[in-house]
Amino acid sequence: MLGMIVKEFRQLRRDRRTLALMIVMPAVLLIVLGYAASFDVSSISAVVSGPQAATAAAALHPPFHAVDVAPGQDAAWAHSQLRDGKAVAAFVTGARPQVLVDGSQLFAARAAVTALASLGHSGGAGTSASAPLAGAAPQILFNPELKTSYIMIPGLAGLVLVFIGTIITALGVVRERETGTLEQLAVMPIRPRDVFLGKVVPYFVVAAVDLGIVLTIGVSVFGVPFNGSVAVYALGALLFLFATLGTGVVISSVSQNQGQATQLALMTVLPQVLLSGLIFPLGSIAVGVRWISYVFPLTYFTEISRGVMLRDEPISGLWLPFACLAGIGFAMLVLATLRFRAYLQPAEGHKRRRAPAPEEATALAGAGERK
Amino acid sequence: MTAAQRADGARRRAASGTDREWGTRDLSVRFGKRTALDHVTLRAAPGQIGAVVGGDGAGKSTLLGCLAGAVAASQGEVQRPPAARVGYLPSGSGVYPDLTVAENLAFRASVYGVSSAVAGQRVTGLLERTGLASARQRLAGQLSGGMRKKLGVVAAMVHEPELLVLDEPTTGVDPVSRADVWWLIIIAASEGAAVIVSTSYLDEAERTASVLVLSHGRQLAAGTPAEIMAGVPGALRAIRGRPQEDEQPRAWLRAGQWRVWDPPGACAPGPARGGAGRDGGSVIQPDLDDAVTVAELGSELRPADRVEGAGPGLAGGAR
Repeated sequence: MLGMIVKEFRQLRRDRRTLALMIVMPAVLLIVLGYAASFDVSSISAVVSGPQAATAAAALHPPFHAVDVAPGQDAAWAHSQLRDGKAVAAFVTGARPQVLVDGSQLFAARAAVTALASLGHSGGAGTSASAPLAGAAPQILFNPELKTSYIMIPGLAGLVLVFIGTIITALGVVRERETGTLEQLAVMPIRPRDVFLGKVVPYFVVAAVDLGIVLTIGVSVFGVPFNGSVAVYALGALLFLFATLGTGVVISSVSQNQGQATQLALMTVLPQVLLSGLIFPLGSIAVGVRWISYVFPLTYFTEISRGVMLRDEPISGLWLPFACLAGIGFAMLVLATLRFRAYLQPAEGHKRRRAPAPEEATALAGAGERK
Repeated sequence: MTAAQRADGARRRAASGTDREWGTRDLSVRFGKRTALDHVTLRAAPGQIGAVVGGDGAGKSTLLGCLAGAVAASQGEVQRPPAARVGYLPSGSGVYPDLTVAENLAFRASVYGVSSAVAGQRVTGLLERTGLASARQRLAGQLSGGMRKKLGVVAAMVHEPELLVLDEPTTGVDPVSRADVWWLIIIAASEGAAVIVSTSYLDEAERTASVLVLSHGRQLAAGTPAEIMAGVPGALRAIRGRPQEDEQPRAWLRAGQWRVWDPPGACAPGPARGGAGRDGGSVIQPDLDDAVTVAELGSELRPADRVEGAGPGLAGGAR
């Protein structure tokens, strides 16, 4: 048994990546996730509109804070602000005061409702009793019953794709390396970019089918509404899949074996689950850690998915997540192509001639002779 | 594969003006601080089969990988046709174990832009002759090692390459399959391809048009098998009994009999050297196996003056 233990230690010592993962990652994950794991919402963004907007905004109590005060705007504007994710709550002053809450941001919405109720009188609506919102009861939009499934399923659709896309695709290139076919690919008349796309497209098709199944189940079994444009959602899914599958291929290209690829893929998947806003609200994640959320494609897809499905958000309101997904996808394409170029065009880095001129061929004929 | 098809392939090649020589010149390859190849020159002539021989770690796979384009050169020149005209079998089989024989060949044909009809016509004969026809629908991973190697060679030939590079195609292959593999290699050469094969079997290398001997990344000898055999410096003796102590660094056992190499300038062996009950043995003509062994011994015994001290056959190829 001692011999077996010694052998395992020797192997482990040589597999430095696994060793580093085992020693460093638990501490890193605990610190990162410890700061991320919070359902507490301490600040709720709000817009205030209507003729007495300034007065109402000045009277707002924490946790509400005004991000936009628009005396010239009406309830429709306030509604559009919530639809586009600009704020969690909207206070509309005027003849018919309204308090609107975005139910698609579940934890913030619950905190808003609780905060409004704790002020002791529904008419207060987060402001002092003398505020111009007397008589306005909170109205929850997009997810009136504040159902958890409404916000989880649009995000889970992305999570399913992350698992399939990243982990399975991550094995693609490594498998080529392990079976010795990567060397064969290197001499074939095939461009690195084509290898990347050839690797990604089949998984893309399978993942798209998966997405369709997940959405169908979500809508038909869990009753999650699909209020927005299918085309906008499809475009977001396309960019998200491209970024996710690209991440998998890049992971594969930097791994020596399937074990390493799986480890690396899991390292990108686990933080995405916890930091993408799928479970914990982005606003609740400590600022020092939150920037990591914005590196992950799932963060943007969750935003798009919830926006389109629940809030009927148009593409104009989602341009930022769309642009970020496109940027991540492009970065992955470039990274994967560069990595493939190193593997698949090793001879390109050195001066050589493919077809020598006849006189060079003659010169070569004598090159083997003793000088 | 009929004679007419082979002639047709050779004619097409000649018509396209691609009957050029390929190869390497003063090629060096370094992996970090380790030199895998040190100024190696290799010729690959159209219609001819060249062999690269050497022991484990000699640099055969690196040289062939470099010639095919799978390994980057650190120094020197590599002359090869465009990738679409190169066929390569890496030291493995180079085929996908989770694809069937037919699917592997279809993939290869597709990448090289060969229509399925043309590829089908071309490989049918090759598969039948090599016993793979009945295994078309079997997964490559389920084939025996020999069958997988044969599949790898057929796959490397699908697109009628101008340069066919095969890394140890017969290693670990039974004698019958070895014959099949060599039939494929000869077919490729008869079609006009320049074929380079690495092998550990010197009886195979002896049948080729040219041989390059590598040891520890250095070129020990190059030329036709006859030139390499004729270029052995000094004398070779076959002796009865064991070699004397001073002979042992230059002696090896072959087929139950000791052979001793006497470098140029060494004391001529005689009956007196053998001592009581022994003689100095008889001088024999070296075959390729002996010549390669002598070349390696020469480099190991006198690494500093190997080129100067050795004969032309060891110096890098009298041609």
